[in-house]
Amino acid sequence: MSTDVNVKMDALAGADPDALPLQVKDLHVEFRTRNGVAHAVNGVSFDLRAGETRAILGESGCGKSVTAQAIMGILDTPPGYITGGEVLYRGVDLLKLPESERRKVRANRIAMIFQDALSALNPVFTVGFQLAELFRKHRGMSRKDSKARAVELLDLVKIPAAKQRVNDYPHQFSGGMRQRVMIAMALALDPEVLIADEPTTALDVTVQAQIMTLLAELQRERNMGLVLITHDMGVVADVADRISVMYAGRVIEEAGVEDIYASPAHPYTKGLLESIPRLDLKGHELSAIKGLPPMLTNIPPGCAFNPRCRYAQEVCRKDPAPPLYQVSSSRTAACHFWKEVKGDE
Amino acid sequence: MSDVVLETRDLVKHFPLTRGIVFKKQYGAVRAVDGVNLQLRRGETLGIVGESGCGKSTLARMLVGLEKPTSGDLFVQGKNMSNVGAEERRRGRRNIQLVMQDPYTSLNPRMTVGDIIGEPFEVHPDVVPKGKRRAKVQELLDLVGLNPDHINRYPHQFSGGQRQRIGIARALALNPEIILCDEPVSALDVSIQAQVINLLEKLQAELGLSYIFIAHDLSVVRHIADRVAVMYLGKIIEIGTEDEIYDKPTHPYTQALLSAVPVPDPKLRGHRDQIVLTGDVPSPANPPSGCRFRTRCWKAQDICAEQEPQLVTRDKSGHPSACHFAEVRDVVHATE
Repeated sequence: MSTDVNVKMDALAGADPDALPLQVKDLHVEFRTRNGVAHAVNGVSFDLRAGETRAILGESGCGKSVTAQAIMGILDTPPGYITGGEVLYRGVDLLKLPESERRKVRANRIAMIFQDALSALNPVFTVGFQLAELFRKHRGMSRKDSKARAVELLDLVKIPAAKQRVNDYPHQFSGGMRQRVMIAMALALDPEVLIADEPTTALDVTVQAQIMTLLAELQRERNMGLVLITHDMGVVADVADRISVMYAGRVIEEAGVEDIYASPAHPYTKGLLESIPRLDLKGHELSAIKGLPPMLTNIPPGCAFNPRCRYAQEVCRKDPAPPLYQVSSSRTAACHFWKEVKGDE
Repeated sequence: MSDVVLETRDLVKHFPLTRGIVFKKQYGAVRAVDGVNLQLRRGETLGIVGESGCGKSTLARMLVGLEKPTSGDLFVQGKNMSNVGAEERRRGRRNIQLVMQDPYTSLNPRMTVGDIIGEPFEVHPDVVPKGKRRAKVQELLDLVGLNPDHINRYPHQFSGGQRQRIGIARALALNPEIILCDEPVSALDVSIQAQVINLLEKLQAELGLSYIFIAHDLSVVRHIADRVAVMYLGKIIEIGTEDEIYDKPTHPYTQALLSAVPVPDPKLRGHRDQIVLTGDVPSPANPPSGCRFRTRCWKAQDICAEQEPQLVTRDKSGHPSACHFAEVRDVVHATE
């Protein structure tokens, strides 16, 4: 058996190497709860090219983490059900694969980093054991070889004295170091797509800067696609190429990073940008978005944002919800009045 | 000095580390707060920033009397709280109230909103007579932008932002002069965060409150604070007006901290002076000798290990900074 990490043991039938590494089409997820059906994801679509960073931006409860879970196939069923759509990896629809085949994709080709590294790591095994497990299960390597691999990985994510620390347990690491271990684990099998779900939210700013720099470096080296799920507009501006803004389970605006920040075409995006205080600008009034995001069990008819929107008219309150209008050749926005919002020059 | 409402002098809090159960032996101490001098003036907002573990929350707990200082003095309106009687200390505490970080765990789920906001009156019965308390609670709800008719609801019936408003109403119940906000918006979404910040600013203007605003989000602090203190490992390492700290930081740690904050403008990508620190914050149980930041500092020399830098004004920046090599460096604005 080969011990070369770059040789994928498990070939995936029907995968087309020229197709996009990740493509999500019209994904629907709902949660069937005692209090009714919560529509967490209502038709999310996006593409990811190799080496590209796609940010999925939204507030808590907008469905961004559920989207990630559905892509990875780690959604809790019940109560969560994928009710429609496709998740394509190199042209293969992952949602149609049996679990045994999906397992080969997970970590191997699409890997994920979670927000809370302490609860994502197993507290009763050493970090080295957990890292080595990947090589043993997916690559069939021996214990000794896989341990050596684990040390290399810890070195890669710049953990000092990796040889000694490989035998430590997760609680012996600091928050930033734990997140590095998570990154090491995600990158172990050299995936083509990395999904990072709020990777730095629990960390201090100086540590956040370290982690984001490391991620960017590793991404560049491996030409890996990165899906960055976050609510932090600052982080997005620093690293993303393209952005999908989500609200109440829908992508309401999709554009390149410069376009979104320079001239948002959806009132929600505009409101978000106006409500953050900025370090380099002072004395500007914060204009808050009034009201609250809707309950996912009870999304208002028409545009989900209409009760909070200052541009809302009668047409916004009626079904169907506004479609994604083509704002320019490379951007879309789901608002009937995108022209006014954008304020065309 | 009548306009100083709160002052601390060399405030210290050490948590003892002990060994043994029957014969307890102290073998060390976590130096959570290690000599803090602060002054809060009437009507101003003092921001305290620092990373987790720097002692900012312990400082807050000492200021409101939830934690007893190991040494040092705390003056509330000129009165030294460490040598007054219990009754007077209780009265003093009325003047300084706390808004907590987590609006989900800081409200008792079994109490109605009316009981939560009215509870301070049970401890301090002379503030509002019994018959008028319900009306006062409704007035407070109205003041923080909640519907006064919701007085009989329970916390779970409110969203995060509304709960934080309840916490603010509770803090305002005893007509305090000082409100201490310990990370009041960090648990909230950005769109809700702006609502709460605007509310805090409105209340300050209407009621003439003084705020101590503790946060790790430097852009929020810049927005709300008049003066800012930067803490590292239990000590204040730089203090000054908001402009001085953000536009002319002189301590290397402040510079690193500011440069690490991502700016929401993709045009500035690669045009900013970013300092990425290496390593982690040392343990407060065993802080480095001399300057506490020296283990992560790129300017560190021998003198930094031998001599602890004092918090004094060193150069023409005009504000005190605890660094032997204090030097202005603008890291916030774009460099060409």
